[in-house]
Amino acid sequence: MISIPLSWYLVVAAGLFCIGLYGVLSRRNAINVLMSIELMLNAVNINLVAFWRYGMLAGLSGMVFAIFVITLAAAEAAIGLALIIAIYRSRDTVIVEEVDMLKW
Amino acid sequence: MLYIVFIIASLVTLGAAFVVVTGKNLFHNALFMILSFMGVATLYVLLEAEFLAVMQVLIYVGAIAILIIFAIMLSRYLMAPGQIQRNAQWWIAAIVAGAFFLVLAFMLLRISWPTEVSELPGDVIALLGQSFMGTYVLPFEVASVILLVALVGSIIIARER
Repeated sequence: MISIPLSWYLVVAAGLFCIGLYGVLSRRNAINVLMSIELMLNAVNINLVAFWRYGMLAGLSGMVFAIFVITLAAAEAAIGLALIIAIYRSRDTVIVEEVDMLKW
Repeated sequence: MLYIVFIIASLVTLGAAFVVVTGKNLFHNALFMILSFMGVATLYVLLEAEFLAVMQVLIYVGAIAILIIFAIMLSRYLMAPGQIQRNAQWWIAAIVAGAFFLVLAFMLLRISWPTEVSELPGDVIALLGQSFMGTYVLPFEVASVILLVALVGSIIIARER
């Protein structure tokens, strides 16, 4: 299981992160932006677990941190979707560009 | 054999993620996001983090993806499949993301990482529980408070007024 070089995992994680970055910067739908953020968090988690498995530090800290990231991703998704639904109720849109109450 | 599994899992993950950020139909994007999460879970299994793979399927696929699909269904008819899904700066975003990936990949492949793979202890899950109740008890409690606040906050934010 450990014959695969570490850098392969890191490159896959970097690719996933950059795809998510592109999604965050280019999508118009707020829900799709949230989905891209989840992809980026997944990429970070792959990095954490890969460094934990291949690293020299004893212990389980990498896995612990990955679990914290998953927890925060769940909280973030719940808050984000609640915000999107609240905006949808008051402004009748989920398009990011049309939500510009704070811009002048 | 492991290499084949790794390559297939990576391609599925990256391909599904690409569909998520380029697809036209929002609902299909959400389903491809689930596929991408499954690919990441496969990578966790390859990294011998089986517990994390199960957590990934349970939390990401079971909770977050379902939540997102609910939100899509609640606001769906505004974003019909024919509408433009990307903004005017999408090509700048593509250039930035692509350049960032090239820089990262160049750097990651050049460095020789000092890896040292040790044998895992047999009872990883028991050790994980002990470290949550021992070394990491404070972050653990903070995380539970954050979850509680997120729960209450999302109910208040999304409540009908």
